[in-house]
Amino acid sequence: MIDSSVVDLSRLQFAATAFYHFLFVPLTLGLSFLLAIMETTYVMTGKEVYRDMTKFWGKLFGINFALGVTTGITMEFQFGTNWAYYSHYVGDIFGAPLAIEGLMAFFLESTFIGLFFFGWDKLSKRQHLVITYLTAIGSNLSAVWILIANGWMQNPVGSEFSWVTMRMEMSSFWDLLFNPAAQAKFVHTVSAGYVTGSLFVLGISSWYLLKGRDIEFAKRSFRIAAAFGFASALSVIVLGDESGYAVTEHQQTKLAAMEGMWKTEAAPAGFTLFAIPDDDKRENSAEIKVPYLLGLIATRSADKVLPGIDQLEKHAAERIARGALAVTALEQLRAKTGNEATRALFEANKDDLGYGLLLKKYTADVSQATPEMVLQAARDAIPKVAPMFWTFRLMVALGFLFLVLFALSFWYSAKNTFHEKRWLLQWAVWFIPLPWIASEMGWFVAEYGRQPWTIYGVLPTHLSTSTLSAGSLYGSLSGFMFFYTGLLVVELFLMFKYARLGPSSLGVGRYHFETAQA
Amino acid sequence: MLDYETLKIIWWLLVGVLLLGFAVMDGHDMGVGTLLPFVGKNDVERRVIINTVGPHWDGNQVWFITGGGAIFAAWPLVYATAFSGFYWAMLAVLWALFFRPVGFDYRSKVADPRWRTAWDWGLFVGGAVPALIFGVAFGNLLQGVPFHFEDNLMPVYTGSFWALLNPFALLAGVVSLAMLTCHGAHYLMIRTEGAVYERAKAAALIFGLVMLAGFAAAGVWVTLGISGYVITSAVDPSALPNPLDKTVEVQAGAWLANFAAHPLLWLVPGAGFLGGLFGLVMARADKPVFAFVGSAVAELGIIGTAGVAMFPFVMPSSSDPRSSLTAWDSVSSHLTLDIMFWAALIFTPIVISYTGWAYKKMAGKVTTAYIQANDHSAY
Repeated sequence: MIDSSVVDLSRLQFAATAFYHFLFVPLTLGLSFLLAIMETTYVMTGKEVYRDMTKFWGKLFGINFALGVTTGITMEFQFGTNWAYYSHYVGDIFGAPLAIEGLMAFFLESTFIGLFFFGWDKLSKRQHLVITYLTAIGSNLSAVWILIANGWMQNPVGSEFSWVTMRMEMSSFWDLLFNPAAQAKFVHTVSAGYVTGSLFVLGISSWYLLKGRDIEFAKRSFRIAAAFGFASALSVIVLGDESGYAVTEHQQTKLAAMEGMWKTEAAPAGFTLFAIPDDDKRENSAEIKVPYLLGLIATRSADKVLPGIDQLEKHAAERIARGALAVTALEQLRAKTGNEATRALFEANKDDLGYGLLLKKYTADVSQATPEMVLQAARDAIPKVAPMFWTFRLMVALGFLFLVLFALSFWYSAKNTFHEKRWLLQWAVWFIPLPWIASEMGWFVAEYGRQPWTIYGVLPTHLSTSTLSAGSLYGSLSGFMFFYTGLLVVELFLMFKYARLGPSSLGVGRYHFETAQA
Repeated sequence: MLDYETLKIIWWLLVGVLLLGFAVMDGHDMGVGTLLPFVGKNDVERRVIINTVGPHWDGNQVWFITGGGAIFAAWPLVYATAFSGFYWAMLAVLWALFFRPVGFDYRSKVADPRWRTAWDWGLFVGGAVPALIFGVAFGNLLQGVPFHFEDNLMPVYTGSFWALLNPFALLAGVVSLAMLTCHGAHYLMIRTEGAVYERAKAAALIFGLVMLAGFAAAGVWVTLGISGYVITSAVDPSALPNPLDKTVEVQAGAWLANFAAHPLLWLVPGAGFLGGLFGLVMARADKPVFAFVGSAVAELGIIGTAGVAMFPFVMPSSSDPRSSLTAWDSVSSHLTLDIMFWAALIFTPIVISYTGWAYKKMAGKVTTAYIQANDHSAY
């Protein structure tokens, strides 16, 4: 059995470094397409201000991108360094999209980002525009493959366990590719990135307008961001609903925790707008409920029952009992002490193998598991309610606020009066950090909600780590904290410095600080 | 679908191709990073050096990332065992690599000389430390690494970080560092002129010699003092992979057995020496493009020699030899190897062609005049 503090520390390290990585990803996804739109306008109209816009927002893009690359390598390393058993157990399936991501997407993005920055004088206008698009497409294709990998962790389709190799093996690449969980995740995640990129440009442009400098530059940037952001904010909500529907289909435990559904209700279940969930008492207090709403949204029907935590735990306990048989049979097969009957027993119960492994947290020999252990493992099968309930609601509320902000920005930019609405501009400035919070909340719901599994229903988190000492984990965590804090300070320093300088940083002699001095 | 045995051999070769791609592409800009504080004596010279790789380092680094991803997908047990076993060495590589993207992009965005000098040394660390550690890792693979598998195939590493820094492994580290630095020096000669060019040339000669001498010394050491590993049970290359299903023995001279059985394989270390020598001669003769080709061939020879000597072993276990990982029994399933093979076959040539196009577009010497004219946009 793995030391439980090693499991907790490995989780903490993965969560911290993944959250940190995702501070830089959404801006890359969104800003890359905004750059492509700006440059397209430049190539079509020939107006230099659009080239300056592409270059200036590109500079901020570059500052962000450098850290995205830096922290992305950590993610790739970490499966091997800290999740060795996971890597062995599911590498056959999980490794493939990661490798293809490198070959197909990351090469594209990284090769052309260099030409984006250095190629302005060496490429024709059209060639450079194509480069910018290829960079944007590369970064979004990257997200496709990463989310195929993540989608498989949520809904492990197209794979089968082999007792000879003691791991999951791919049975259908197409199922992996067209996993509905992955599709829904991809579109939701990239549109969240587009919202982030748009709010970044919208907010900083608003700040220039409030300061009264580089007005033409800021107005044009604002308009593009408002239009692109409005479309993105709409789609992030619609596609988020799709992602939620995929959860209903494949991860009922996540849904139950998110919604604080302690008990199964008659269909269609009500939606809890507000409540204070208590994980110890297993009930909500101060509930405000909208009748029928959840059942209608989540099942898209009026008569399908959504199982509550009570039912899901009962169901898990049954699977754990069958899974324990599978684990015991598997151990005999591995030790070559089994016979045909062992094999038949294993085959009959192997779908519940993962549930049997949940017992490994409590006993090395699961055939000796007590009913209390089974009950405890069944309770483990549901993630904690309070954190899920709150993070989900915070994310959704922010999503709707973004929609309102972009709708107003779009409306006033269509009427061409946005630059006079100081309240709107101020709102946009204050909202700059919020898309990051919404994105991180979204990932929290997705990943914390998958617990106690790394691969849903297949491999428990507590079996997935490497055989490291807690001391090594404390050491590496401290190292990451040290480097990541330093890098964040440097990044924010540069980001603020260049955002404050504005297009004057291009040194073309047309902008505020240059003309003011002249 | 190709048969399983063929795919296992193809994947051994493909991992080699990716390692070589890494050494040739990412290797030269790691070499440039290593040389940066020494070959560039003032800010403009250092900017010249950085801007020779400015448009390309990011794409080149993907060889490293894809190499890691491919090992994950094709040899998951190797990925799991090596990355978790070499925990601190991997973290050292990772943390050193942190300095590269930010070093390149952030260095010239602030004018303060202390800021710039700090990032210059960051780029040095980001180039030299990974180059050294990769060699150290290979040096340890050749000697065998203390690890075993539990019944459920959980890899357990029983050595320490400090044990990795043994004399032979450090020699292998020096070979690797000299190899990539020499290669980087050749690249700098192609892209620079004047004082920087002259210093790069001097570095190319020094590191070329160190590489050749170190490679020869390592060869002698392996011949005389390092035992190899041999599979002593019957081998069925098309069997379902299970590393515990074999018996392995440690035997003196076993790492030379492949060369003895197939004398043509001597061409591989031969390429290491001849490529390195050709690089030296061409660098001396001021023909840097040929020198660059020479050092690339040397990389092929040197990496290939380690691979061929150990084949089919990839990661032998010194503490429990039967747990050793080989190209036969540490691989992914038949279907995954097949799909990944096609993915590699389709995308690798595409990547190589657009990378070539990018280099062509950015070709030519980077000069101090270019840096002064592009003060705001150059690195």
